[in-house]
Parts: sequence; C-alpha cells; structure tokens
Amino acid sequence: MTAAGATTEASARASASSQNGATRLRPWRNPWRKPWLLESFTWLYLIWSLVPIALAVLFSFNNGKSQAVWQGFSWRWYFTDPVNSVWHNPALHAAVFQTLKLSVYTTLIAVPLGVAFALGINRWRSYTSSTFNFVMILSFVVPELIFGVAMFFVFTVLFSFVHLGTLAETLGLVSWNISWPAIIVQARLVTIGKHYEEAAADLGATQWQAIRRVLLPLLTPAIFASAVLVFSSVIDDFVIVDLLSSSAGNTPMSVYIYAQQHGGNGGPALNALGTIMLVMSFVIVIIGFIGYRIVTRGERGDRKSALTTIAGADYG
Amino acid sequence: MSIAPPKSPPPPAKPRSARTQEPKRRPERQQSKTFWIVLAVPGILWLILLFIVPFYAVLGIAMGQLNRLTESPIAQYNPLHWSSSNVINVYHDLIGATAFAAPIAVRTIVYVVIASLLSLVLGYPAAYFVARFAGRRKGLFLVLLIAPFWISYMMRMLAWIDLLQVNGYVNKTLSTLGITSASSPIDWLGGKPLTVILGLVYGYIPYLILVLYAGLDRIDPSLIEAGRDLGLSRTRTFLRVTLPLSRQPILTGLLITVLPMLGDYYTNQLLSGAPNTSMIGNLIEGQLGTPGLQGQGAVLSLLLLLVLIIPMIYYVIATNRSSREAT
Repeated sequence: MTAAGATTEASARASASSQNGATRLRPWRNPWRKPWLLESFTWLYLIWSLVPIALAVLFSFNNGKSQAVWQGFSWRWYFTDPVNSVWHNPALHAAVFQTLKLSVYTTLIAVPLGVAFALGINRWRSYTSSTFNFVMILSFVVPELIFGVAMFFVFTVLFSFVHLGTLAETLGLVSWNISWPAIIVQARLVTIGKHYEEAAADLGATQWQAIRRVLLPLLTPAIFASAVLVFSSVIDDFVIVDLLSSSAGNTPMSVYIYAQQHGGNGGPALNALGTIMLVMSFVIVIIGFIGYRIVTRGERGDRKSALTTIAGADYG
Repeated sequence: MSIAPPKSPPPPAKPRSARTQEPKRRPERQQSKTFWIVLAVPGILWLILLFIVPFYAVLGIAMGQLNRLTESPIAQYNPLHWSSSNVINVYHDLIGATAFAAPIAVRTIVYVVIASLLSLVLGYPAAYFVARFAGRRKGLFLVLLIAPFWISYMMRMLAWIDLLQVNGYVNKTLSTLGITSASSPIDWLGGKPLTVILGLVYGYIPYLILVLYAGLDRIDPSLIEAGRDLGLSRTRTFLRVTLPLSRQPILTGLLITVLPMLGDYYTNQLLSGAPNTSMIGNLIEGQLGTPGLQGQGAVLSLLLLLVLIIPMIYYVIATNRSSREAT
C-alpha cells in the first residue's frame, strides 16, 4: 500500500516537472488524475436517490393538506391536528405500535431460533443438515410475493386456527427473517473455526460450557448484527404483512400508508408516518452500528466493514 | 479476537487423569452430535411447518377444486385426487384467443428487463467510484449509498408520489425549463409505463449497488495497477481486468433485483394503478383477493416459482462459492 502511495507521489512529481519542461503531459493522459466524471455521476446519483426522500420528510411538516405544494411549517400532522395527526388519530398510532410490536416479537423469536439452527447445522454435518441448510438459504431468495401467497393460503386454508392478524403476521415474518441470523452466524462460525472450542474441551469444559463461555462471546457480533437486520427489515416489510393483516387493528405502518395512498386518501399525515418509520429505522441502525463497534472492539476491521455488515451486504 | 477471560481460575491441569479419560472419548463425541442435532431441531421444525408445508398447501389449492357455493377453494392434498381445472383455466388465460394474462406476462418481462439493466447502468459507475476512488471519504459515500436501504420502501414511493403529482415539483421544473407548457401538465401517475419502470429502478437499485460495491471492493487493486503498468489504457484496463472480475457481482446483483421486481405489485399500484401497466404481481395479488379466483392465483404463483427456481438455485450456489473464496 505504501509502495503504491509512493509511486503515486513520484509520478505526480514527475508529471508536475514534465509540465514545466518541454514535453507537456496532456491532462487526459495522466493516469493518476482524479476521475471527475465518475465522481460527478456518483453525486448526481446520490442527489436523485436522496433528495426526493428529504422532500417527502419536509412535506410531513407541511401546514396544509397538499403533498405537492409547500404551505409553511407546522407540527400539525404529528401532534396539533385534533383529528388527522398521528398523535390523535387512533388508526395512525395503532399502526405505529403494530409495527413496533411485530419487530420486537419477530426479533425475539427469529434470532434465537436462527442462531441455534446455525450452530446445530454447522456442527452436525450430515445429509439432513445440508438439505435443510439449502432450504434455509432458498427461503432467503424466494420472491416475497410467492412466499406471502404460501403464507396466506396456509393460514386461511390449512392452519386456519391461526387467524389472519398479529399471530399470522409474526409467524410469517419469523419464517421470512430467520435466514438472517442463520446465514450470518454460520459465516462467522466458518471464520472462527473449531480451535477455540477444542482448546476449551481440552481444558476440561463440557460441551455446554464451551458454547456458553467460548463460542457465544465469539458469536456476539454476528448475533447482534443479525438482530439489527431482522428488526429493521421487519419495520420496512410490506408484502407479508399486507397479505396477512386482517383489519385496521393489526395494520402496521407500511400497509397503512399503502392502503390510504392507493385508496386516494393521501396527505401529509402519511408522510409523517413514513418519517416516523424512517426515524425508527435510523435509530435502530445507529444503535446497531455503535453496538457492533463495541462488541467487535479489538478486532481487525474498521467502520466501513461494520457498516456493510449491519446492512447485510457481506451476505447479499 | 478477544475471548472473555474465565471468571474462576481454571482447574489445575491433570495430565494423567486426562490420559485415563482417553477411552471415554468416543461416547463423548456421540453425545456431542446429539447435542448439535437438538440445537438444530427447532429451526428445522419451523422450516418444515412454516416454509415447506405452506408451499405444499399452495400446491394443494392449485390442484384442488372450487366450492361453487361459497366460492372458496377446497384444497386437495392427495396427488391421486388432483384436479386440473385451475391449471386449465390458467392455461387459457395465458395461451389462446381469450388470453388476457399473456400481455401482462410479456409486459412484466419487458419492464423488469429494462428496469434491471437501467439499474445496472446507473448503479455500476456509482459503486465503482465508491469502491475504488472515494479514498478518505469512502465512509461518507458508503453511508449515503446505503441510506436508502434502511428507508422504508413505502416512504421512498411516497417521495415520488409527492414529486410527480400534477401540481408537483417535477412538472413545475419541466414547465420552468420550457420543456412542457404550464397549461398542460403531464399526469405522471395516471398509468405511464415510464413512471412504473423508473419507480422499479428507484425501488430496487440500493440492493444492486450494495452487492456491486461489496464485489468491487473485493477486487485486488494491484491487479488493476498491473494492467496499467503493462501499458493498457484506462478503458482497456477496465474492459480487460475490472469488468471480467466483476462479472460475479453483476450477475448476483441483477438477480437480487430481478427476483423481487417480478413479484412486485405495490410499486405499480402506487405509481400508476391503471390496468394498462399491470404486471404479473398485480394479477396474482388481485386473484388472491377475489373469491373464486384464489385457486388460479395459487397456480400462477407456483408457475412463477417454477420459472424462477433455476436462477434462485444459481444464486444460492454462486453466493456460497464467493463466500467460501472470501474466507
């Protein structure tokens, strides 16, 4: 790396001196010039990708009923409006709580289940275990609509004692998200290897002690990252909860926004709801990022790798 | 890596007793295997009951019949009694004179192909820049690049609904620039294919960029430098070195956008809502909500799964391989 840096500097000096000399290096021939075109393209992309969202957040503070024309700042759609604000409209704040409830339930069930599954499958090497591991990864890539259709039918026709609603939503979301902890923990197990456990066993630890005292502390970052991913993906989930919700009482925010906007009842209150979702996700991600940095203290890797891990990019 | 230090001092090593325990090792191994199986079983049961069985239920409904009185589907789980009525109905929807679903299927493919290629063209340069040239500002760029990934899909669609309304900022900008006249604004949300395709691009491009970035970041820069040192031009280095090395992330990135796009119904509903832009996802979702058509919805979603199972398995194998190479 330092060698490359040195060459860069040397060549920069060389090109500078040659510019003073008779043979002027044309700028487009300079191999170390900055890629201005690429950089401006990237900025344009980022503007296209983020400015509309910033405007949508802004419109949640609009002092009028329009989602398109700015009419001044107000907290109207959050608190002040006695009928249609998130604070006062029961359907709106029920949606906020439903989203939170589903995220907590799903994380609490999916993460332990997925971690145990990953540990078991990874160490119990057999035909059965690899088959189920394959099924697990398949559940990671199956299009959500197809999965949602299967869930809808199983709860309306086969397991009809599970009525559509919070229970069905939670079961569906757990099935959909269990692959995060399962995949992330397995990847981590591969990098850890078996040496620590064997060392613990040689020092007289029982199986259970080796897991609790050695393996689980080593797995903490992976478990933590997967919990953050499960929580934030449940907040953003739409298809499964849309197909499995039955009434206004168990409609989370994403479905509420969709139903109202699609039904022609759009308004800044929906932007307010969307902004609350956004803030919730960001809080979780920031907690996740800081927490991940704390649990991986003393390891190789930097902020960037923490970021991509929390986003699930290493396993996509 | 740090291991939590043991709270109590470890028991003194007893080499002799360890040697006497040697013959005991085999049953211990046996016991440990049962232990791992016990750990895996809850997850396996969950997968069977709430992943495999549901798909069998869909199959049962697809091959079942219709209760003509209540218009609700009757599932048939025994393959010996399967009925083909739903399949025949779907066949006539897809092929023949009254095939209303055929244009929808073709449209879905066209939209998804255009949208995913457009995502690649827009996403690759951005991911390439951040992975190779961002330097000290890499963290900042990465945060901005990944941010949409954490913002709810509905919020991001809402953002464009706001902008694309008849009196919204897109039309205002266009008329200010003199491209359209202020008196006849464009109704972007009234069933325009362009809006739907761009909506799909906007919705799914973060996933593609994330995969591309992770793949491009893994390319060893010394390979590219070697190409340059050996006298290749920038363009040729890119074509001969970088592009071949990024084939894998491009393929998996495209898959990760194409698979959900094919099952998308909400982007379309929110940004157009008109039948002239509806896609296969809209068809399936509509049939689920219509009494009497649920069986056909089951057949259609199984058909979609059948088409996608090969790319899905390819994706699983490809990511397995690349993660094994990375470790």
